[in-house]
Amino acid sequence: MSQLDLVVIGSGPGGYVAAIKAAQLGLKVALVEKDPTLGGTCLNVGCIPSKALLHSTEVWHLAREGKKHGLQGAEKLTFDVQAMMANKDKVVAQLNKGVEFLTTKRGVEIVRGLGRLGKQGMVLVRSAAGDRTLETKNVIIATGSVPIELPFMKFDGETVISSDQGIALPSVPERMVVVGAGAIGLELSSVWARLGSQVTVVEMLTGICGPSYDPDIAKAAQTAFEKQGIKFELGAKVTGFKKSAAGVALTAERDGKVLEFPANRILVAVGRKANTTGLGAVEAGLKLDERGRVVIDSHFKTNLPGVYAIGDVVAGPMLAHKAEEEGVACVENIAGKHGHVNYGVIPGVVYTDPEVACVGMSETEAKAKGVEVRVGKFQLQGNGRAIASDATTGLVKVIADAKTDKVLGVQMVGRGTSEMIAAACAHMEYGGSAEDIARTCFAHPTISESFKEAAMAVSKSSIHSL
Amino acid sequence: MAVDVKIPPSGESITGGLLSTWFVKNGDAVRKGQPLFSFETDKVTSEATAEVDGRITIKVPAGTEVLIGQVVAAIEAGAAGNAPSPAAAPVATTTPASVPVAKVAPAPAPIASKSGSAAEISPAVRRIAEESGLDPAAVQGTGKAGRVTKGDMLVALAVGASIAKASAPSAPVDASAPASSAVPAVIPSRDGRITRRKMSPLRKKIAERLVQAKSEAAMLTTFNEVNMAPVMELRKRHGEEFLKKHGVKLGFMSFFVKAAVRALKEIPQVNAQLDGEEIVENNFYDVGVAVGTDKGLMVPVVRDCDRLTFAGIEKAIVDFGKRARDGKIQLPELQGGVFTISNGGIYGSMLSTPILNHPQAAIMGLHNIVERPVVENGQIIIRPIMYLALSYDHRIIDGKEAVTFLVKVKQAIEDPQPLLFGI
Repeated sequence: MSQLDLVVIGSGPGGYVAAIKAAQLGLKVALVEKDPTLGGTCLNVGCIPSKALLHSTEVWHLAREGKKHGLQGAEKLTFDVQAMMANKDKVVAQLNKGVEFLTTKRGVEIVRGLGRLGKQGMVLVRSAAGDRTLETKNVIIATGSVPIELPFMKFDGETVISSDQGIALPSVPERMVVVGAGAIGLELSSVWARLGSQVTVVEMLTGICGPSYDPDIAKAAQTAFEKQGIKFELGAKVTGFKKSAAGVALTAERDGKVLEFPANRILVAVGRKANTTGLGAVEAGLKLDERGRVVIDSHFKTNLPGVYAIGDVVAGPMLAHKAEEEGVACVENIAGKHGHVNYGVIPGVVYTDPEVACVGMSETEAKAKGVEVRVGKFQLQGNGRAIASDATTGLVKVIADAKTDKVLGVQMVGRGTSEMIAAACAHMEYGGSAEDIARTCFAHPTISESFKEAAMAVSKSSIHSL
Repeated sequence: MAVDVKIPPSGESITGGLLSTWFVKNGDAVRKGQPLFSFETDKVTSEATAEVDGRITIKVPAGTEVLIGQVVAAIEAGAAGNAPSPAAAPVATTTPASVPVAKVAPAPAPIASKSGSAAEISPAVRRIAEESGLDPAAVQGTGKAGRVTKGDMLVALAVGASIAKASAPSAPVDASAPASSAVPAVIPSRDGRITRRKMSPLRKKIAERLVQAKSEAAMLTTFNEVNMAPVMELRKRHGEEFLKKHGVKLGFMSFFVKAAVRALKEIPQVNAQLDGEEIVENNFYDVGVAVGTDKGLMVPVVRDCDRLTFAGIEKAIVDFGKRARDGKIQLPELQGGVFTISNGGIYGSMLSTPILNHPQAAIMGLHNIVERPVVENGQIIIRPIMYLALSYDHRIIDGKEAVTFLVKVKQAIEDPQPLLFGI
């Protein structure tokens, strides 16, 4: 086999996007994937299947409230978890095919097997069908991440589960304890709580949604989730779990007090760690940091010549869209162009209902950095579309530089904010000010208008709030 | 019937200038006599007014270089237009033609987003540009691909205001209104070590004219020194009475103007200029007097100095100085001089080589008066001495004439009585 220009190891959103981009730029590229389907964690056991389940359970949840909208017999509705799972699998399978179609049509060669760094210019691919050596000028490591396991509470796939199993439970657990109130923990809490599970979220920090969000935003989200029946135990450090006749119980500690949370299943969602399993990093001399992440420079170059790394396997937020951006920029650099990722404008979303979304700096972060800010907030209660759509829970917050009015960050809680945050990203990408948002025409009536109102509130000129 | 609005003639040798600001918006109703736009040349800023009542259609955006006689708008006579909106109605303004920063709006199309680059100004930047007159094109952008952000505009305005304040500490610059259109577009560098701003049309013209004079004429300077004691004595003796009678101080300038006129009469080659292959000799004595303003140097012309009294000359100069600083000099007042006197002495200059005021053939430089030891009749004595300089175009003035001219001026100042009697 003749020499390739690029071998991408891992076909997640970082890897397959990089491969397509490389093909577009005329490079001869192979995409190595160890799993039977393409798309990586995101498509197979992450973003996409969880979104399918969130949608199915939201439909159920909304249907149950149908009476107030004139629907008859809503209280008699039932659901079928297996059918929901089947729908989810269908969604995933459709996208698996889509990725395969897009990549192969572009001339990307898909190589099945576990990719391993060989000596310079070589990638070894091991599979049941036999081993293969790829000769290449460049390699992109896009091997992603795996769920973090608590050392005293190993995943067993039954009682102690990771998100991989959390999206594929055969039935609704009566009681579920979720460790970690980040995006993954909250989304799966929502799924199972909507289906009737008594969910308790145990979190070590004092606020939910992770450190990117301001307390007011996190609190608004927490209140909304609590109304949906999810319990929160914040500031509690998980110590282990006990087995008893009745089942299991998670043990935790808060202010010196021992807490016990009985459960049928314990979902551990305390984060993810870089995945370099089987990559042969040590043998190849690939430099990793103390957290096992591949060390790269600003051009995604590792310490090995011709070897690059992107996505969850390197530092930064573990987000599919961050990996995609890096994949494109990395390939552009390899092709002699100038790729760049603006790490200041990468949105984060928790896909619950209400959704929680943010981009840029929080008010807390800005103040910690000594930046003088002006903040505008708008409660969705004041938004006409939100009232008409039964979606008045939440608020939008715009954080702007007090001197230049430049938007430093935007945070939102509300239905559909995962889509709304895109407008904030676009404004911020172009260095927009709060006034720029205020002077941009938004369709009426939309919940998005709340973003405009919050921007106006920065200069205390909101029309629809006092 | 549509009446064309044209750039009005602004006097000889002016072929064009900058249409700097529209006072009306496209489609506005205008009334006869209403100011429509300001027109800036290298010399003056003037306003053009509407000739008829009607609705205006603007054809050239503000910030455009225009030629005399060029059609910049049309007024549909008698047609009703939009009620004139208040100047600061930023959101309503979608017409780039009415934007005083329309250098970035290439066409006066009614829809900004269709005219390409106009759409690249963010709405907040557009609002600030309209309100302040600061051209975003002159501001260094820090946004994506060099786009100008609101913050960039605010910084540029703040720096501009501080420069305006620093450069004219005694001038009545309203610090509370840093966004006035007089603020130059100043671009501070990222590290603050340099700032950039666009040349004003006046500055640009000054630069052009000076280089032209330097490159076209065979310029040479001759020097002399003059004992100011006799003139000082005269001023001391008659100054108070002069002020009482004429309402103006008896300065040195009237003596030098008179002395120059007398010397010009005696050496007519100095009162000449080159026009192609012909030498034009002037038989009149319109003398330009350089006046420094915060916008740059201006040279208003005192007419027929041979016929003016000392008081008449002093009054003219005082009046020019005042109006030049207020920016109220009319264009014709700057034109047609035959000779120029420049006084660097008021700033403390000991000696300089003035540059010709093209197309004139000579310029006299005055300097500061310093007590110096001089030798008279074998004795060292202290005299108030001023050095004189005469730069001249050697193509038409010979050294002998230039030197003699300056000697004549020296003699007239050192013995001013003949000047007084017109002999």
